[in-house]
Amino acid sequence: MRIFMLGWEFPPFISGGLGTACYGLTRGLDRRGVEVLFVLPRPVEDPDESHVRIVSPASAAIQIDADDEFDPLPGLEGMFQHAKFRSVAATLRPYARPEALDAAAQVEVSTRGATSGKPGPRRGTPVITSDEPPTSTTSNGGGPGAHYAGDLFSEVERYAVLARRVARQEDFDLIHAHDWMTYLAGIAVARQSGKPLVVHVHSTEFDRSGLHVNQRIYDIERAGMHAATRIICVSHLTRNVVLKHYGVDPRKVEVVYNAVDDDGNENETPLPPITRDEKIVLFLGRITMQKGPEYFLAAARRVLEVMDNVRFVMAGSGDMTRRMIELAAEMGIGHKVLFPGFLRGDDIRRVFNMADLYVMPSVSEPFGITPLEALSHDVPVLISKQSGVAEVLAHALKVDFWDVDEMANKIVAVLRHPPLSATLRDHGSFEVSRFSWTDSAANCVKVYETALGREVS
Amino acid sequence: MASVCFYFQVHQPFRLRRFSIFERGSDYFDEHLNRELLQKVATKCYLPANAVLYELIKRYEGRFRVAFSLSGVILEQFQQYLPAVLASFQKLAETGSVEILSETYHHSLSFLYSRDEFAEQVRLHRKAIEELFGQTPTVFRNTELIYNNEVAKAAAELGYQVVLCEGADHILGYRSPTFLYTPPDLPAVKLLLKNYRLSDDIAFRFSDRGWADYPLTTRKFANWVHQVNGNGYVVNLFLDYETFGEHQWAETGIFDFLRQLPEAVFRLPDNDFKTPSECAELYAPNGEYDVPHMISWADVERDLSAWLGNAMQSNALHELYRLEPLVKQLGDEALLTDWRRLQSSDHFYYMCTKYFADGTVHKYFNPYDTPYDSFINFMNVLDNLRGRLGGPALERFAAQVPAGPEM
Repeated sequence: MRIFMLGWEFPPFISGGLGTACYGLTRGLDRRGVEVLFVLPRPVEDPDESHVRIVSPASAAIQIDADDEFDPLPGLEGMFQHAKFRSVAATLRPYARPEALDAAAQVEVSTRGATSGKPGPRRGTPVITSDEPPTSTTSNGGGPGAHYAGDLFSEVERYAVLARRVARQEDFDLIHAHDWMTYLAGIAVARQSGKPLVVHVHSTEFDRSGLHVNQRIYDIERAGMHAATRIICVSHLTRNVVLKHYGVDPRKVEVVYNAVDDDGNENETPLPPITRDEKIVLFLGRITMQKGPEYFLAAARRVLEVMDNVRFVMAGSGDMTRRMIELAAEMGIGHKVLFPGFLRGDDIRRVFNMADLYVMPSVSEPFGITPLEALSHDVPVLISKQSGVAEVLAHALKVDFWDVDEMANKIVAVLRHPPLSATLRDHGSFEVSRFSWTDSAANCVKVYETALGREVS
Repeated sequence: MASVCFYFQVHQPFRLRRFSIFERGSDYFDEHLNRELLQKVATKCYLPANAVLYELIKRYEGRFRVAFSLSGVILEQFQQYLPAVLASFQKLAETGSVEILSETYHHSLSFLYSRDEFAEQVRLHRKAIEELFGQTPTVFRNTELIYNNEVAKAAAELGYQVVLCEGADHILGYRSPTFLYTPPDLPAVKLLLKNYRLSDDIAFRFSDRGWADYPLTTRKFANWVHQVNGNGYVVNLFLDYETFGEHQWAETGIFDFLRQLPEAVFRLPDNDFKTPSECAELYAPNGEYDVPHMISWADVERDLSAWLGNAMQSNALHELYRLEPLVKQLGDEALLTDWRRLQSSDHFYYMCTKYFADGTVHKYFNPYDTPYDSFINFMNVLDNLRGRLGGPALERFAAQVPAGPEM
């Protein structure tokens, strides 16, 4: 079986869970002997932020690098037996919000109306049938980031055109597209090749934007889901959103849970234990509305009312970082909250090694891989009930994201009662060991088989 | 002769309300929930089952006999919320065909942590039974049939010559729970062992359609009882009373089974019903039942792991019993009552992580979503109670100290 896979981030150039999931899944498929051709936008380090951004569209030459196969895992050659990677010169900035980046574009976008969950008209969702990439609507004089939102959509279209070109030279059985930015590409390749399309929903516009749904993104998501033969959702929570808001046939929507890398800790040398009087409560994720950072701070304030020897670490970057730094100061707990910025690799290991508790207060979290990573690093977790991972983790503390007092209550309990922490860790690390990407990949293969009309044994 | 010896456990704890670390008051128990649950169980189980038993006792003119163990904390709740239910138990006791057993008032694990507290609770319970039922218990059963040789010894010291416990395979070996036994070095004490196979046939398998012997008819069951003849004397059916109507719903036919069982048992020759003290009086022990390590009637393990299986449970119990000297020195009755109500084994059962991920067992009347929530809530309450030991209460206690030597 050969899979034409469309994604937009991959390690080490990641800023969130999607890259981790794509990597894990591809490795799992690789181990099962499934051939994967992975088409990615070309990643470039962003000098402005500590994490990654893709090549700037205004400066990128519109051309296809068909021969430009690259290994996105420097130093990890030989990890994949059956996977190939292709980069195309499109700029899909992970987790970009058009409206946050360009007010002018936002006006244009919001005049398109509908912010409700009702399926809107599909006008405006282009079907890529041409080989000519759209030209950027941006003038080069706008400076970096200017009019980015307008570009985001044209880059999505550009990626679709280029992916279609790559596809023409390749032989494959099925197309697997991850999240909305690749759906147009998925649709285009499916039309051209006649092969079945599987779309993988890691999050929806409703998760990312709350009630301020961007109609164009919604339209693309909907088009992708309707064009798909099968839809994979990362949780039942997400499956319900897909059924409720996107009007697709429930019979073609399946759930495949994410996992943690089976051998992710293999090469780790243990770090020396940290001895200190202070407890550390960790937030690790993008600091955006979706992740509920302000609830974390509100809970921190409550915790500090009853105990003093605790520090709160908010690791990550995002559009709400500055606001959160200000908020901590306004609350008078600025000296108790640390903002180390975006972490990766060894820094993540270090911060897990230091943490007494990991908190994921997400307002909306289709799955949430980080709690699994925390548990695999022996850190107990407190997760929002509004997360997909809450469906599958029994040995985690759970709380409604808005219930700040209860969040604080549970944080205090973990910090004060070592037996609670020990029991959560013991059972949690055992539980998390049962989540493997190999199994997730096996479940994806079942979905592929169904999509290909083969009998599932 | 084969005697069917029924003992029904009747207990509901004072469940805690949600108590966060930010609470200021000292109101720990969820009156609304406890009343509601008791009402529900009374309607589904206690009242209809009592009615069936009363009918049987009257019909067979004393030949049908049963025993109950009612915890002190459920008796208190009956008095507070549902006096009519208490009255229906009293009416049963008045027939003379119902024996009331002894246990710890708070359905506690005190035997494991404080022999003093254990003895006090047994005495408290005895007093309550005397007052409410006009009889003095002579047969002891420890919470959840938690038992070892030491329990027998402690019971004997408190004046009990008959003790109930689990008939555990790993201790019985080839022997049968249909005989009576004695603990080592205590020849005067007789042990009645739960026949877990026949008990569980009713308690767990009655409505199990996947069970080879489904459906369980009274005739079939009476035949199993009859087979004991020649190989023992007693069939000890020790059950949670909630089996009738709650664990096995009325729709399964469990009440009809109970109603028709005596007739089926009596139909075969030589069989009857006896209470535990009557069995002990009638039958001689048939050997020694040596239990150096703790056993119980819980789960498949029949050990303490349901209450002491993880670090949270042992932490909570240790912290609770560590307060005993201070609680008792202070002489604050309300505080002592609260502390004792926290001892009910249920609070620790809710913290059990065994099978938790499977989401099946340990669910009945459990007010918590997870064992972790249960532990956090309990520790917050305990923290609050500990706070009451300091401050004003401690000062009052300190003020009393100078008066001590003069008394």
